[in-house]
Amino acid sequence: MDGHTHSTSDRRELQMARSMCWHCQSEVSGEYFCDRCVKVQPVSKELDYFTCFGIPRRLSIDQQQLETKFYELSRAFHPDFYQNKSGAEQTISLGNSAMLNTAYRTLRDPIQRAEYLLDLEAGAVKEIRTTPPADLFEEILELQDTLNEVRASDRTSDAAASLRAALQSKRATLEQRQRDMEAQIQQLFGQWDALQDRGDATEQARAERTRILKEMRDILSNRTYVKNIVNDLVATIA
Amino acid sequence: MARIVGIDLGTTNSLVAYMDKGTPRVIAGRHERAMVPSVVALTDNGLIVGDPAKEHLTRSPERTVYSVKRFMGKALADVQNELAYFPYTLTEKGGVIRIALGEKTYSPPQISAMILKELKLRAEAFLGESITKAVITGPAYFNDSQRQATKDAGMIAGLEVLRIINEPTAASLAYGLQEKTQGTIAVYDLGGGTFDISILKLKNGIFEVLATNGDTHLGGDDFDRLIADLFLADIQQQFGLDLNAYPDHMQGLRLEAERAKIRLSDELKTTAALDLPEGKGRFTRELTREQVEALCTALVERTLGPCRLALKDAGLSPTDIDEVVLVGGSTRMPLVRQRVQALFGTQPHCDLNPDEVVALGAAVQADILSGGTTDMLLLDVTPLSLGIETMGGVMSSLIRRNTTIPAGAKEMFTTYVDGQTGVDIHILQGERELAKDNRSLARFRLKVPPLPAGVPRIEVTFLIDANGILNVMAKDMRTGDTQSIDVKPSYGLSDQEVERMIEDSFKFAADDVSARKLIEARLDAGALLTTTEKSLSDGGQLVSPEDVAAIRSALAAVAAAKDGNDPRAIRARMAELEQAAKSLTVAMLDDSLKKGLQGKKVSELT
Ligand SMILES: Nc1ncnc2c1ncn2[C@@H]1O[C@H](COP(=O)(O)OP(=O)(O)O)[C@@H](O)[C@H]1O
Ligand SMILES: [Mg+2]
Repeated sequence: MDGHTHSTSDRRELQMARSMCWHCQSEVSGEYFCDRCVKVQPVSKELDYFTCFGIPRRLSIDQQQLETKFYELSRAFHPDFYQNKSGAEQTISLGNSAMLNTAYRTLRDPIQRAEYLLDLEAGAVKEIRTTPPADLFEEILELQDTLNEVRASDRTSDAAASLRAALQSKRATLEQRQRDMEAQIQQLFGQWDALQDRGDATEQARAERTRILKEMRDILSNRTYVKNIVNDLVATIA
Repeated sequence: MARIVGIDLGTTNSLVAYMDKGTPRVIAGRHERAMVPSVVALTDNGLIVGDPAKEHLTRSPERTVYSVKRFMGKALADVQNELAYFPYTLTEKGGVIRIALGEKTYSPPQISAMILKELKLRAEAFLGESITKAVITGPAYFNDSQRQATKDAGMIAGLEVLRIINEPTAASLAYGLQEKTQGTIAVYDLGGGTFDISILKLKNGIFEVLATNGDTHLGGDDFDRLIADLFLADIQQQFGLDLNAYPDHMQGLRLEAERAKIRLSDELKTTAALDLPEGKGRFTRELTREQVEALCTALVERTLGPCRLALKDAGLSPTDIDEVVLVGGSTRMPLVRQRVQALFGTQPHCDLNPDEVVALGAAVQADILSGGTTDMLLLDVTPLSLGIETMGGVMSSLIRRNTTIPAGAKEMFTTYVDGQTGVDIHILQGERELAKDNRSLARFRLKVPPLPAGVPRIEVTFLIDANGILNVMAKDMRTGDTQSIDVKPSYGLSDQEVERMIEDSFKFAADDVSARKLIEARLDAGALLTTTEKSLSDGGQLVSPEDVAAIRSALAAVAAAKDGNDPRAIRARMAELEQAAKSLTVAMLDDSLKKGLQGKKVSELT
């Protein structure tokens, strides 16, 4: 970390700082427990997962640190420790724990983390691709045909067996392709993080930011497409 | 805070445990046995539970319920293909199985509640305080309906169920407490009726479940059936007798099959025997471990699939597992141990008694909830994906299996038709694509203000709590109003039904207590009659004939009272008999003292 924080999270921290304790109405400053009455505070819905874990909004993250923080926050929020508390506190504990678990699951996985970051930075990404990525167009059309043939064929026939063998080799190719895309994303992770670390506010930096986000979005949606095809393929062979 | 006990509500056996200054201990009943067989029998003197009920399995099989856990949270259609194995009658009312006992029918939670009440009484007698709160265990692979049914059982038994905890994770708590283990462990739990596998990461007091899987219909009962079927065919062949027509003998056969199976865990060869009806004599058959293993191997293999799936979901390979913990009576089978060892490539652990470890873990969790243990925390997962039915009868997943609980998901709903005032939502649990192939959990109708199509925005929150039980909330995003939702469970008791069963259970409780008092009074009277008669024949000559006559008439009075139904009358006659026999008792004591002295003299003389 280098002390720079992204402007959006600065704003969010400010928002948090201005909130009041639901119980004693005193000011709560960014932490999850009221300084005065020590009651647990609901994690704001506005709070992003990175801020929740107290880590900078970067794509390469220290898994060990993430886990340690997850365990620490679990100890703070888990309903097991609120059994003797008021109903209001139990409700907060339940909501906070559920939120924390979602946040951890999202940040722990690089793909989900990237999708989440894109969502934060550039709005919803989950546009579902319905046509194959350009460079795979031919290959995937061919594959779709083979899949249909297999489904229509008698499972025990020789023809079906050779079709299945063909599918197995296609599967290997596609899975390799998936891995390549994941490697590409990892590269973009590095570029994104470097850009954030520099913290420039120039025109050029903005263009760079847009480019990285767009590339990431394209790769992610291609990857989802390929992944779905592979799932389909596996289900058909099985 | 009032004491919370931990209860293992098993298919075959149930136990209660408590935390004794940092150490979990099971509570034993009479004869030092901690396990209460999960059996409930209807006798002429009312309902009885546990060991005495087990004796009725062969005496009145149609009125003796065992393995009721197999029916928790189920509809009759779910268990159709095994009905033939149960001698008691199952029916259905409103999607819930009912078990006929005499004139009445009971839901599985009510039967389970009777077992829970027995454990509650046992804990109260031992701890000398009233027990109203409990942590109850259930198989990790239990779905929402089965968990809810377990919670209902607790409520009917007069227990506030503070947590439903998964059996394998409970076991891991007991182990973790003992060993202060770190690393990745697999808990393999094979009991009488269910199988669970859980993979956990243990680190600095956090027990994080990475994945779980299982089969809620696989266990020792199934092994017993295969062995019993073998015997059945033999009997048919040798004696031309179809034992199916004799429910009491069928139970005898099942129990003999189980005993043979258990012996073969230690021995290589054994002989099973059963007296046959219709004066057909006695069936005996030699059985080897090899034969039983051949029969059961396919079932044992069936446990390995879920193990592999759990590993896959955890993103691990067998070599990543540092330790394997065995839980449940069926893991005593050498075949099971071999297979588990072969899969994980590591010698399984079984330092703690596999019968008790789940209850011990439940007591640890109870202590965590009461604030006693603060350094341990269990982070469990939901075993099955949760979703809703969407257009075309497809399930859309909202919370994936193996998501850490508590877990939440939000979904926005709107309308398709102008002025539409409701949206029907169907909640499902399972891993299949189509709604109809998954378990229907509940349906409800979301209320929507009449507006043009697409304008209403209702946010529904699905929240799986730490018990693995679903809660649903809805909020109108335009007004900010929250809506309470009346969820109708597809398979389970409504709140009102549970309420009524709680009331009924108080009525049974009164019946039960008087039945118990009567049984105990009769037993005590029997013992007193025997000892007094013996004294009379040994020492009758030591007292006056009038005394003898008085004792005889008091004896007759006790015997008569014992045949009646009033425990207080029995106790009163017993007191009178003791009074009447006092002279005899004193005379015999004197006599034996005298003899003792004489004996001494004799020995001194020689
Ligand atoms: N030594 C043994 N060998 C094989 N099976 C055993 C042995 N001891 C107990 N069992 C079986 O274990 C099952 C009961 O295990 P338990 O863990 O008490 O079950 P549950 O948790 O389902 O109540 C029964 O099917 C019983 O036959
Ligand atoms: Mg068990």
